[in-house]
Amino acid sequence: MNAQPMKFVPASEFKQRAAVAVADQHLRKSFRGAMDFLITKRAAQFPDAAALESQRLLAEHIRKYSLARLPELLEQLERKLTDNGVKVHWAETAEEACAIIIGIAQSHSTKLMVKGKSMVSEEVELNHAMADVGIDALESDMGEYIVQLDGEKPSHIIMPAIHKTKEQISRLFADKVPGARYTDSVDELIGIGRAVLREKFMSAEVGMSGVNFAVAETGTLCLVENEGNGRMCTTVPNVHIAITGIEKVVEKLEHVPPLFGLLTRSATGQAITTYLNMISGPRRPGEKDGPRELHLVLVDNGRTQAYADQQLRSTLQCIRCGACMNHCPVYTRIGGHAYGTTYPGPIGEIISPHMLGLAATHVLPTASSLCGACGEVCPVRIPIPELLVRLREEAQHDARPGHAPLLGQGAAKSRLVDAVWAGWAALYTRPALYRAFGWLATRLRVLTPPFQGGWTVSRTPMKPAARTLHERMAARKSRWQ
Amino acid sequence: MDQAGSRHYPDKPTKVYLFGTCLIDLFCPDAGIDAVQLLEREGIEVHFPADQTCCGQPAHSSGFPEQARAVALAQLRLFPEPWPVIVPSGSCAGTMRHHYPEMFADDPQLHAEVSALAERVFELSEFLVHVARVELSDRGAPTRVALHTSCAARREMGTLEHGRSLLAQLAAVEVVMHEHESECCGFGGTFSLKHPAISSAMAGDKVDALRETGARSFVSADCGCMLSLNHTLQKRGDDFQGQHLASFLWQRTNDGGEPR
Amino acid sequence: MSARQNILRRLREAPQGPLPLPPDVGAFHAAQAAGTAASTRHSRIELFCEKMAFWHGEVVRVTRANWPQTLRELCAAKGVRSLLYGEQSAHAAALAAAGITGLKPYDRPVDEWKKELFEDTDAGLTSTRGGIAETGTLIVWPDVAEPRLLSLVPPIHFALLDADQLYDSFLDALREQRWSEGMPTNALLVSGPSKTADIQVTLAYGAHGPKELVVLLLVNEEELV
Repeated sequence: MNAQPMKFVPASEFKQRAAVAVADQHLRKSFRGAMDFLITKRAAQFPDAAALESQRLLAEHIRKYSLARLPELLEQLERKLTDNGVKVHWAETAEEACAIIIGIAQSHSTKLMVKGKSMVSEEVELNHAMADVGIDALESDMGEYIVQLDGEKPSHIIMPAIHKTKEQISRLFADKVPGARYTDSVDELIGIGRAVLREKFMSAEVGMSGVNFAVAETGTLCLVENEGNGRMCTTVPNVHIAITGIEKVVEKLEHVPPLFGLLTRSATGQAITTYLNMISGPRRPGEKDGPRELHLVLVDNGRTQAYADQQLRSTLQCIRCGACMNHCPVYTRIGGHAYGTTYPGPIGEIISPHMLGLAATHVLPTASSLCGACGEVCPVRIPIPELLVRLREEAQHDARPGHAPLLGQGAAKSRLVDAVWAGWAALYTRPALYRAFGWLATRLRVLTPPFQGGWTVSRTPMKPAARTLHERMAARKSRWQ
Repeated sequence: MDQAGSRHYPDKPTKVYLFGTCLIDLFCPDAGIDAVQLLEREGIEVHFPADQTCCGQPAHSSGFPEQARAVALAQLRLFPEPWPVIVPSGSCAGTMRHHYPEMFADDPQLHAEVSALAERVFELSEFLVHVARVELSDRGAPTRVALHTSCAARREMGTLEHGRSLLAQLAAVEVVMHEHESECCGFGGTFSLKHPAISSAMAGDKVDALRETGARSFVSADCGCMLSLNHTLQKRGDDFQGQHLASFLWQRTNDGGEPR
Repeated sequence: MSARQNILRRLREAPQGPLPLPPDVGAFHAAQAAGTAASTRHSRIELFCEKMAFWHGEVVRVTRANWPQTLRELCAAKGVRSLLYGEQSAHAAALAAAGITGLKPYDRPVDEWKKELFEDTDAGLTSTRGGIAETGTLIVWPDVAEPRLLSLVPPIHFALLDADQLYDSFLDALREQRWSEGMPTNALLVSGPSKTADIQVTLAYGAHGPKELVVLLLVNEEELV
């Protein structure tokens, strides 16, 4: 973190970025179109609501069970992988994770590492850490390659370049890729990327990937993808380094099909992806390809904080499908970059505080109308709205008795806000006072202030009615009874 | 959550309580009165405990659980008789029915008490459809309306079906569906104050979608959504406006004789 | 204290509720299938072909007797000048006998001929361990005889699939083949050619891997049409 400070997201910056994003009609249109597309495709995969619900219950059960046994499953995974010839590393922090990976890369004196898609590597800011020691960490997922070429971060965890039009991508390629000409054809654009990246797959000494599911009983790393770049990164280079969060482990191979089936259908509305790549070890004697050396880096980076609380722990059930952001009306309006964190949208709002602390992220859990769309589509039934409410509380208070404080606990505490809610509670717990307030407010309605903070940005002021319902019901009673 | 059909409904009672909600109390009391009239027409006596204030939702969703519990407790004992408690707002009904038991999970006695209350809480349209089993006869001129259902009503109370089925009883009313019908209107309580840019964008898109249906007006069973959308439309200088479902139903079906 | 110890300690110190029962995936699967008719060989073949076509994969029905001949014709039609295969694989002899031109055995470690593999190989042929009807999926276990890159690097991937080895679902396949008793270094599910929708959600094939997937489905004579 010394070399590459983690993104810090003060409240004002998020709000500024969000305001800029909502004013960008082009961005609004492209996100709306893409999200509608994904929503429709997902819905077509789940025609039977009852069947979907039972699948979600099973998936939730598998994830909760895996988390309940997490320490022993991690040990079993480590044992199996070690038996299979895989070197397992543990990292408590982002810097530790980067240091481990840099160490491996440097031991092979490589200047180039090709990467398959890995959100955890984004989360630990690996590419910057590698660049600082002179190693080029090249993204090879088409979307990731495009955003990296333009010096950006992904705006969606499944579709990293969703904010860009093909025209923008074409101009980017024409500018940055030697020999590329401007073209309207998506096939040609993909062809350009394919040619560039195939060169890199051939020459890189080290390949890197994420992990979707790590199976403890067999020591198997499962990677889900459509493009084949993940297979390239994990097969062609001499060294493969996989990086994953500690929560990704499941006990048995047969726990994979239900989760895999929900992942692809929730994410992109595909019944299955082109590839499920299951890796259980490096190249064995006699095999002609595959990495000679295989490493797994298990990353904590705040996950044990979420784990320590039984309610917050459900955050770790996530299988990173992105359905919560696809269905989020806030994400759809502002896009992924406005959040300023690796994980945007509802899942980002509940997981980023554990990684970056509430001091940096306390605004994120407030950026939701609590409409509940995220929780409704979550394939592993994470109660996202409840967790948002919980984190709002933790940001504004000391830790609950008997609970360890979260990183940045109480960072949003404010005497003024406390006083407002104390006053609110005083009014609404005193019926006579409350009725008097209503009486007065209706009598003074002509004095309603024309500016009412955020409300009147795009709305006319709220104005009390001529008489409250209390008064009218009281009058009704005296008239009719 | 109450999916349509999963809740056991009692027989039609002779007496009910009305929990008017703080927003309706101060900003749209007409909706409250119309709810009372709809219930009374079914031969149900409506009791309105004068000491009621707010369900506590604003503090609950803002991360001030202690204040939310204090306000919730102030309501808890206002409904001593075993009558249904009718709430003409999906999100307040959802708070009382689903969040009260969570809010008092640590205290077995209070938990039992709030759970017993929660069992008696009905959102107005849910009650009209499943308990009062109203049969509405439309007396209005032909019109076309759009229905916006609040997120809490849709997801916590299953109210979408109820609103639709009540409107379907009105012979001269054509109900039209707007684009992104299930999407949030951007109100979200304090969200609209904390994140005005995002909230405005959501409200703007919602009114555009409602407008594009060609409907004469829209109805909603939640005062919060309705106010947010109506004030957005007013700021635009647009006279297209929404009405609380209770008011719309009452105006379409009353025979004009009964004073408010 | 090492990172490992610290992480495991924090996990162990966390309060635990009652341990959930182990998920019974098999029972769930059986319950979901209850009431639907059991699949037949015919229905599995039909479903597999339909789903594979959806993924843009080509399915050609062949018999044990004629598949090498059919492959030769397909190679000719697609202009394949070099066909990569595993020389120790069970079908190597049949390939040689069919007179396919440009047969190229994968007979050296990848490091010794990357450039040729990547730039001068038109197609690759692999066997499969079976297929999944529900999703139109091939099960491929690369091994000493058939290395991993056979099914990835050449622009066309031909795959031999025996219709006897069609399973209803992924779960059925991994249970019936007892995967949990021992996994290979690399096991793959393959559903169609490589693809991406990363540019403006527009689907394009041949992102990094094969642009075409051709399944030679081994069936009985009477199932050919």
